[in-house]
Amino acid sequence: MAELKFSKDHEWVRLEGDVATIGITDHAQQALGDVVFVELPELGRQVAAGEACAVVESVKAASDVYAPLTGRVVEVNAALGDNPGTINSDPSGEGWFFKLEVADLAELGALMDEDAYARFVDEHA
Amino acid sequence: MGALHRELGGRMVPFAGYAMPVQYPLGILGEHLHCRASAGLFDVSHMGQAELVGENAAAALEALTPADVLGLKPMRQRYALLTIESGGIFDDFMVANFGNRLFLVVNASRKAEDFARIEAALPAGVKLNRLPDRALLALQGPGAAAAIAPLAPALATMKFMDVAEIAIAGVPCFVSRSGYTGEDGYEISVPAEQAEAFAKTLLSLPGVAPVGLGARDSLRLEAGLCLYGNDIDETTSPVEAALVWSIGKRRRMEWNFPGAERVREELANGARRLRVGIRPEGRQPARGHTAVHAPGGAQVGEITSGGFGPSLNAPMAMGYLAPEFATDNTSLELMVRGKPLAARVAAMPFIPNRYAR
Repeated sequence: MAELKFSKDHEWVRLEGDVATIGITDHAQQALGDVVFVELPELGRQVAAGEACAVVESVKAASDVYAPLTGRVVEVNAALGDNPGTINSDPSGEGWFFKLEVADLAELGALMDEDAYARFVDEHA
Repeated sequence: MGALHRELGGRMVPFAGYAMPVQYPLGILGEHLHCRASAGLFDVSHMGQAELVGENAAAALEALTPADVLGLKPMRQRYALLTIESGGIFDDFMVANFGNRLFLVVNASRKAEDFARIEAALPAGVKLNRLPDRALLALQGPGAAAAIAPLAPALATMKFMDVAEIAIAGVPCFVSRSGYTGEDGYEISVPAEQAEAFAKTLLSLPGVAPVGLGARDSLRLEAGLCLYGNDIDETTSPVEAALVWSIGKRRRMEWNFPGAERVREELANGARRLRVGIRPEGRQPARGHTAVHAPGGAQVGEITSGGFGPSLNAPMAMGYLAPEFATDNTSLELMVRGKPLAARVAAMPFIPNRYAR
């Protein structure tokens, strides 16, 4: 399985071919607490890197989820509708949010690897 | 208490000038459900405590509140509002009659203003004593009474809104059988220097777990209870807020409390808006400040508190609506992130209260 890349907004990206699967990190799900609802982007939507395109709601508050890369939404995780708690229990697996057909693979270079993200979280804790 | 909260793994946040635990490792959802199933311990020491002493203390307080304080029997407590001349609500609070004094518990965010306002209105011979050296703990849930009974059997004989001055595990306490969750339970005022050891004693009781401010908010909203600053403030009247029940019958004949004119006018002719419960369809919560519209139409109100109810297992809210929309089951649209979310007016509490009446 491809290695994960991470954004400063606490999303993870897994690239397979030119399709990127995107979710929120374990650190993010812990900070949010129990997720009770997610709003996912519409299929076919064009999103720019850094654009808010999903919303995750915990008991306490609503938070935006940003597209870490520019591209077109080709799939969303409809199973989250019935089981939003999957985002807490398996954030980088079954708790994925959506898939993007990536417009420019070079944008991946702006994301962090696992070690760099761990340092980023420590520095901003 | 800060050291204990950290020892328990509490995630601390600034609140009304205090570092308070918003949640513990169990999480808001788990803490909420634990409180409804068993018993939760809350540290609410940030709230303001004071006593009012003097022959005419009750009459003095009636100059600031529409509650019947003179008629409050010894060792009983009641919910009351501090009102202002415009008819708005300055704060909501609890007042208990301990026989030789009145004991007040007010909101953390308002205590400085409340106590200054009360003090300024007191006649000679009545004195307000602030009690900053007392902590306040709440033990709430269907298991609360059975859990604490071994420490002080007399607690079991108290009814909802009874108060007692009694030693629990050797600590001198002011206790009320009340709370902010809709469940049975106690609020317990203890000397601050004994609070940490006392809290540890309560946490060692079977079925008791610490609960943070996050679950306190979802519990009170399920119970249909107002949060000052969100659901009531200096612009909302007791009639608009559906809190007329807190106005004493005698006071509604005397009309001698701040804002009486507006309350009387609104009771006679109706208020411009009313506080109601709202249930969104589906799973998506609508938060405070969400605009409420008639289906496909104009704005008819606003949500003041909204979130997800863990025990309701559904989103819930309260807010103010134009009176013609404020009847149960009326269809509404909530404008969440620019999109209409279907909802209905719903009776509160969302989860039935389970007080020890």
